Amino acid sequence: MIADLWNSMNDSLERVGDMSRFLLRILAQVPRSLARPQLIVDQVFNTGALSLVIIMLSGLFVGMVLGLQGFELLRRFGSEEALGTAAAIGLVKELGPVVTALLFAGRAGTALASEIGLMRATDQLAAMEMMAVDPVGRVVAPRFIGGVIAMPLLAAIFSLIGIYGAQLVGVQMMHVDSGSFWSQMQASVNLRDVYEGVVKSGVFGVACSLIAVYEGYHAEPTAEGVGAATTRTVVTSAVTVLFLDYLITAFFLK
Amino acid sequence: MRKSRAMNLGTGLFLLLGFAALFFLTTQTTSHGLAFRSAPSYEVTAKFGNIGDLKVGAPVSMAGVNVGRVAGISFDPRDFKAVVALRIDDKYNQIPTDSDASIYTQGLLGGQYIGLGPGGAQTFLKNHDQIVFTQSALVLENLIGQFLANFNKNSSQPAAGAAAGGKPK
Repeated sequence: MIADLWNSMNDSLERVGDMSRFLLRILAQVPRSLARPQLIVDQVFNTGALSLVIIMLSGLFVGMVLGLQGFELLRRFGSEEALGTAAAIGLVKELGPVVTALLFAGRAGTALASEIGLMRATDQLAAMEMMAVDPVGRVVAPRFIGGVIAMPLLAAIFSLIGIYGAQLVGVQMMHVDSGSFWSQMQASVNLRDVYEGVVKSGVFGVACSLIAVYEGYHAEPTAEGVGAATTRTVVTSAVTVLFLDYLITAFFLK
Repeated sequence: MRKSRAMNLGTGLFLLLGFAALFFLTTQTTSHGLAFRSAPSYEVTAKFGNIGDLKVGAPVSMAGVNVGRVAGISFDPRDFKAVVALRIDDKYNQIPTDSDASIYTQGLLGGQYIGLGPGGAQTFLKNHDQIVFTQSALVLENLIGQFLANFNKNSSQPAAGAAAGGKPK
């Protein structure tokens, strides 16, 4: 049993190392794929613009729930006016980046992994290598860059819609004063909080995109292999995002 | 080709929306947005014995209406007082020179703000003037201390009175 544990630990360590080397390989190809911006634009469309609807809907509902729960909680202390602050800080620093990253892994990460995995299974990647085209530069790097660009923007849109969702519930339905909702928010949200959210979503974007393209690229070239790669993408992304979230939060703590 | 154009358009829209959201978050949810449209204003100072939990950016209000913000807080080592710089909108340039400034608390969990009470002078506050009449923040610990001191004094007197009143019976 201890041997099993040791083996699985070795395996995951090996995967982390392999993934880091894959990241370096992608980064080495970044300048070359920047020279073909159309490929990147297509990927920003695929990962970003197509995820917009799910991100906006989720942001709206998360914000509305925050509005309700925050109102219930703050009413016990007689400070409903702090609702704007609570919702904005919760969304900008925590919920925006994390929920967006989880949705991103589910919506865009799986698409990336299965797409690249299927290319592997149907020997398209091998064919590129035959034509002396590096598949990392032609297929992987643009998808990675597209994900890294899209993620922080998606998180910002999520937070924005979420704040308006909280405002919808708090101000329109629960009759918190609209002026204090916004002014208390502006008085107590720092630029540093927004910055923390942007850094988080940027790091999550790198992590989720890397995991998705890595799993797809290294998928077993079978139908099951592609399925397993897709599953691993979601699981690994979720755990990694939550772990990184703790690290970054601790790092930003004064 | 047409599909590619639509995709580019969609991507452009997405980028625009994303950066607009980022811009909104940095300017509208934080107090930094005020720097963008800095309305013409003038600055006056006020010295307080204790500013409690007052922070830079806290509102300055008069009769409950926001007329400005706290622009800076520093410490005067000569008379051991806090010097608070108040940035007041030019719109409100008719505040009498003998107005008083006090530090109040908004709600239970709310932050502290400065309330200005109008004086009766015919001259008005100008840039770099100082508000002389100030009232410090109420520090809860001091308040409880005073309350306990009064409570002890009061409770010992009625007890003596009751004892004195009880004798004739």
